[in-house]
Amino acid sequence: MEFLNLAAVREPERLVELRHRVRAFLADEISSGRITPHSDQWLAGWDPGFSRRLAEQGWIGMAFPAKYGGSAQGALARFVVTEELLAAGAPVAAHWIADRQSGQALLSFGSEEQRQAFLPVIARGECYFAIGMSEPDTGSDLASVRTRGARVDGGWKVSGTKIWTSGAHHAHAMIALIRTEPLGEKRHAGLTQVIVELPDPSVEVRPIKLLTGEHHFNEVVFHDTFVPDSRVLGEPGAGWKQVTSELAFERSGPERILSTFPLLVEALRESNRIGENVDRVRLGELISRLWALRQMSLAVAGRLEQGDDPAVAAAMVKDLGTTLEGDLIDSVRMMVGIEPDPAALSRLPRMLAEALLHSPGFTLRGGTNEILRGVVAKAVNVS
Amino acid sequence: MSEIIEALTEAVEDACVRHPSSADTNWNAALWSALDQIGITLLSIDEEEGGSGGDVSAAAAVLEVLGEYCAEVPFVETALQGAWLLASCRAEIPAGPMTAAVAGSGVTLAEESGAWTIDGELTRVPWARIAEHLVVLAGRHVVLLGRNDFEIEAGTNVAGEPRDRVTMRRVSLPASSVHSVPEDSDVTEELFVARGAVGRMAMSSGASRRALRMSLAYASERTQFGRPLGAFQSVQHQIARMAGEVMLCKTVSKFSAMALDEKEPSWQFEVAAAQVSTGEAAGTVAKIAHQVHGAIGFTEEHDLRLCTTRIWSWRDEFGGARRRAEEVGARALDAGAAGLWPLLAGK
Repeated sequence: MEFLNLAAVREPERLVELRHRVRAFLADEISSGRITPHSDQWLAGWDPGFSRRLAEQGWIGMAFPAKYGGSAQGALARFVVTEELLAAGAPVAAHWIADRQSGQALLSFGSEEQRQAFLPVIARGECYFAIGMSEPDTGSDLASVRTRGARVDGGWKVSGTKIWTSGAHHAHAMIALIRTEPLGEKRHAGLTQVIVELPDPSVEVRPIKLLTGEHHFNEVVFHDTFVPDSRVLGEPGAGWKQVTSELAFERSGPERILSTFPLLVEALRESNRIGENVDRVRLGELISRLWALRQMSLAVAGRLEQGDDPAVAAAMVKDLGTTLEGDLIDSVRMMVGIEPDPAALSRLPRMLAEALLHSPGFTLRGGTNEILRGVVAKAVNVS
Repeated sequence: MSEIIEALTEAVEDACVRHPSSADTNWNAALWSALDQIGITLLSIDEEEGGSGGDVSAAAAVLEVLGEYCAEVPFVETALQGAWLLASCRAEIPAGPMTAAVAGSGVTLAEESGAWTIDGELTRVPWARIAEHLVVLAGRHVVLLGRNDFEIEAGTNVAGEPRDRVTMRRVSLPASSVHSVPEDSDVTEELFVARGAVGRMAMSSGASRRALRMSLAYASERTQFGRPLGAFQSVQHQIARMAGEVMLCKTVSKFSAMALDEKEPSWQFEVAAAQVSTGEAAGTVAKIAHQVHGAIGFTEEHDLRLCTTRIWSWRDEFGGARRRAEEVGARALDAGAAGLWPLLAGK
């Protein structure tokens, strides 16, 4: 059970100055009215202008080497920046996937030409990615994907359907997991990651509206879409290994803890008015748990910084963190005692409604909590 | 983990295996001697003050092992509290196990023409009945009492560990037993309690780990419906939840020890938030461990209770989870909307 031993990490002094610069930048963005804080902005806050302004500060692609337009500052520096963005409720959805994992995948598995083609534009905040994993009959059981790549001259002809693809209607590219060999004994063999550039006349992108009516999800249908060999990511057939190596990045970050944090900030603003009636003990329990999970997430980032792959620890952080994102909403409800109102003119009832209506997604996306617990159970060897 | 700490924890683990704590006694003298021989009973106290060297983090690493083995020794009280108070006054540290307490309103320390007396009562003093010395922080004085200076009424926590009532009846003290806390020292009642709390957190994370290990073992041995319990997905998920909470306890308790070593301006908030969150997490671990074990874990015939009853005791000692939660809540309200995030981020 070595994976339970995470070294506690204190943020290095060199990053405090960075943290304060990001915070000042965001305060200015908010006070000038260019952005407005909301919950769950890494799904819902699509704002290319903001992404470009962030990139001008050098805060996208921070983990990329300089020759690809990044600043090679490592996982902890990226942690500090993303955390400040989420805590402030800034609209980061446009560049989020590209910065968090597609860029990382390109760095790990991409060809030199692919890196040159995508990483500098990602770092400029101008190129956005979508994730093509889930399918209509493939959710948690990812190895059962049926989107097929047939070998053709110079590449692959892709047909099939991806679903729940956030941002595919705006994205410039999607990394899709497809089956390039028939399903055999080994379920995890024969899967390949391909980069599909968008928009493409053979790729149909259909909106699937969230229960709020917002359009973030899509169904993406490949009608014999041609993907040249130069857009295969990594090795054909190595898709499963590549996909699972992204998971520690995908699962342990601050976005698995802080999606509803802006709601708590707003509730505290309101609590100045309700004052003495706030239950300090309950608030203290919530804040302590939030603080503790943040320390865990930071400790995982410390391991990533050292080049480790703490996939199991990341799964645990995500299980606990996403559960807390939902619990926070209930704590706020009991603290402020108001009705959620999506059309309210005042911010708190509107933000409460937003958080509530987005909450089912927290424990589903990026691997359901049940899948995560399966990963952990396997690691502790219970059977 | 540094190599020194790794070697240290291995030695302590070895000692714990050689001298297991049993439920029938409440003081493991043989283990204490072994720890003394390793030379670590005064960890976190500088060697020039007569201590074993090392810092609070090193002591916490040892305490995690002691907690895992439910070791019945007053390590927190001796190293992190009693010896710390004495060393802070540059007073000599006596040999043997110690306990320590804050005087509170029920105790009077008085001086009359150079003669000192201490009088009054202390409640729920850990390990008082086996301690060779009791160190009392009374205002800005540190008082050292010998075993014969006080009377004891035995009490326990829910794990059966000694939490005794101590009565001091106008005890005359030689001047050599009363020390002023130097102006430049960091000794405060608050820090005394925090050092105790950090020690208990480390022990709790060890006890949580033990509860997880026992649950894993039990789930693989116990068969129902023709399958081991661990083959049932509902049980697997419960154990996975436990593992997450154990990791929280371990990571956060280590951080809280580091917070005392570094003493950043945020240390009070950090220790308080750590105490609340580890208390909650360890409580969840205990709850699930019992659920996995079924009825046998709920009996005297099974050792699960050794770690779960300790978890239930330790989380509410040294300030206790409720008071800490209130403190954290009040700090958050003071910080307000603009200050909440900097409070959480520590910067």
